[in-house]
Amino acid sequence: MLEHRIALKNAGRINPASIDEYIAAGGYNALKQALQMPPEKIVYELIQSGLRGRGGAGFSTGMKKKFTSEAACILLECMRYIVCNADEGEPGTFKDRIIMEQDPHLLLEGMIIAAYAVGAGKGYIYIRGEYHHSIDMIRKALESAVKRGFLGDNILGSGYSLDIGVKLGGGSYLCGEEFTLLESIEGKRGYPRIKPPYPAEKGLFDMPTLINNVETLCHIPAIILKGSGWYKGLGTDRSPGTKIFSISGDVKNPGYFEVEMGISLKELIYNLAGGIKDNKKFKTALIGGAAGTFVPESFLSVSMEFDSLQQKDAVLGSGAVIVMAEDKSILDMLHSILRFFGHESCGKCVPCRVGTQQLLILLEKIIANGDRNGSGLDALLKQSELMAQTSLCPLGQSPVLPIKSAIRHFRKELINPPRKTAHKGS
Amino acid sequence: MDKRDILHKFPPLMENVLLILHEFQNSNPQHYLSEDDLAMIAGYLNVPCSSVYGVASYYTMFSLVPRGQHIIRVCDSPVCQMADSEDIAAKLRGHLGVDVGATTADGLFTLETTECLGQCDSAPGMSIDAQYYGNLTAAKIETILQIYQNKNRARGK
Repeated sequence: MLEHRIALKNAGRINPASIDEYIAAGGYNALKQALQMPPEKIVYELIQSGLRGRGGAGFSTGMKKKFTSEAACILLECMRYIVCNADEGEPGTFKDRIIMEQDPHLLLEGMIIAAYAVGAGKGYIYIRGEYHHSIDMIRKALESAVKRGFLGDNILGSGYSLDIGVKLGGGSYLCGEEFTLLESIEGKRGYPRIKPPYPAEKGLFDMPTLINNVETLCHIPAIILKGSGWYKGLGTDRSPGTKIFSISGDVKNPGYFEVEMGISLKELIYNLAGGIKDNKKFKTALIGGAAGTFVPESFLSVSMEFDSLQQKDAVLGSGAVIVMAEDKSILDMLHSILRFFGHESCGKCVPCRVGTQQLLILLEKIIANGDRNGSGLDALLKQSELMAQTSLCPLGQSPVLPIKSAIRHFRKELINPPRKTAHKGS
Repeated sequence: MDKRDILHKFPPLMENVLLILHEFQNSNPQHYLSEDDLAMIAGYLNVPCSSVYGVASYYTMFSLVPRGQHIIRVCDSPVCQMADSEDIAAKLRGHLGVDVGATTADGLFTLETTECLGQCDSAPGMSIDAQYYGNLTAAKIETILQIYQNKNRARGK
């Protein structure tokens, strides 16, 4: 009832392995229409639509395309690339997997239109290696799209040609960061680059590159067909359109839900995900995954879109909503998150390499000895703030988000944690 | 598939190294990359062996030591931990008689942990090779392992 599906419009309704079913559902009509439009008009429509990146940062998708298409080519043989970021690894996030498994052609259609808009001649879909089923579905979809002339040389007789290949990750969270992802496509270790310059200017193989998230690209066909005015009418003024939320943790019906931006957290948890399981009380939701923020009960009425959350020092991120019931421990969750960052830090820059380990040591001290006067928490916060200021890439800049929000909203519990009933594991 | 055939599926460019490493590892019954493999790939790509080793040793899905016939990867991410994935890992350790990172004596399973598998709506979860299993319980684990053990026994006969 509350759902409004754009990126998930065909999910569960058509056979995703059949290009015929996708076409019968209106698929590739947007591509046909787009190829009749001048590329600048598509870029203009996307800017007008207000579409913002669904990968986490929320940057204007149209502006990204404008920068990429306008990037000056210094080299004689200039190539523009389009890259789809399908390296979905943010804990608690599984929306891109659902799209790739259930409607791979929608992603391809959006990507081909985006490539045409920026004049890219070559594209890559970078999929994390663990997503076996997604990899199969995308590879098959690419094959059938080429067979039908939607991809390859002289697409539908338009004179525009595009080749798209699949690249696989090898189990590295960091490769979801745009520059690290490019390094990985180039066949290197997953180390981030210093920016600027941004990928729009100097990206894959040092060429202008447009990088978009899976979900973002899936909004483009509908915007082409129905217009930017229609799209802008959905969601909120500054975050138009819909968003897929991945809801997990202590809810009755965990899953993925595509709704208009601006829905309240309460509606998401209680109306769509069925409320807290076992009739327990809500304690917190970790919004945005490990690189996200804890929000308390008073945030249940907050509007789930980029700016409202930011105004309250929270983030929308990838749209992950990890719900924790009253009996779950914030300290345990923080521990789990910091272990995750410690494991995934690449080691290229010192603040993150040393910092993620320091954070773990500081937190484990709090867990072992308690922190009655709060000095442990202060040290933890200070360390994470320092990392945010000095780390090279978003990984080292992120631990401050869960740490700061946990301390801000749950300081009392962190200083005086409830006694554990039993020690888990062995 | 012969290793030479794998190499010749790809143009000899460094950008294909991850795809080649995946295929080499998948074609090996012990699911790992040997020193000879790395040298062979480096030779084909015309890069120093250290470049290929650098990539293979960075990504957690690649192993440089022999592993079992099936790779069990228990999700260790925050959502699964909240759903007591540590109990699941403990159960697996008990059933298999090995620690995380080790291979069973019969060479059938290697037990590993992994970061988020993107299946958080069915936490706790794990994968065995390319197959995912969610909403795990102690009883469910036993049934799942039995399937692989039975298959192996049938093959032995």
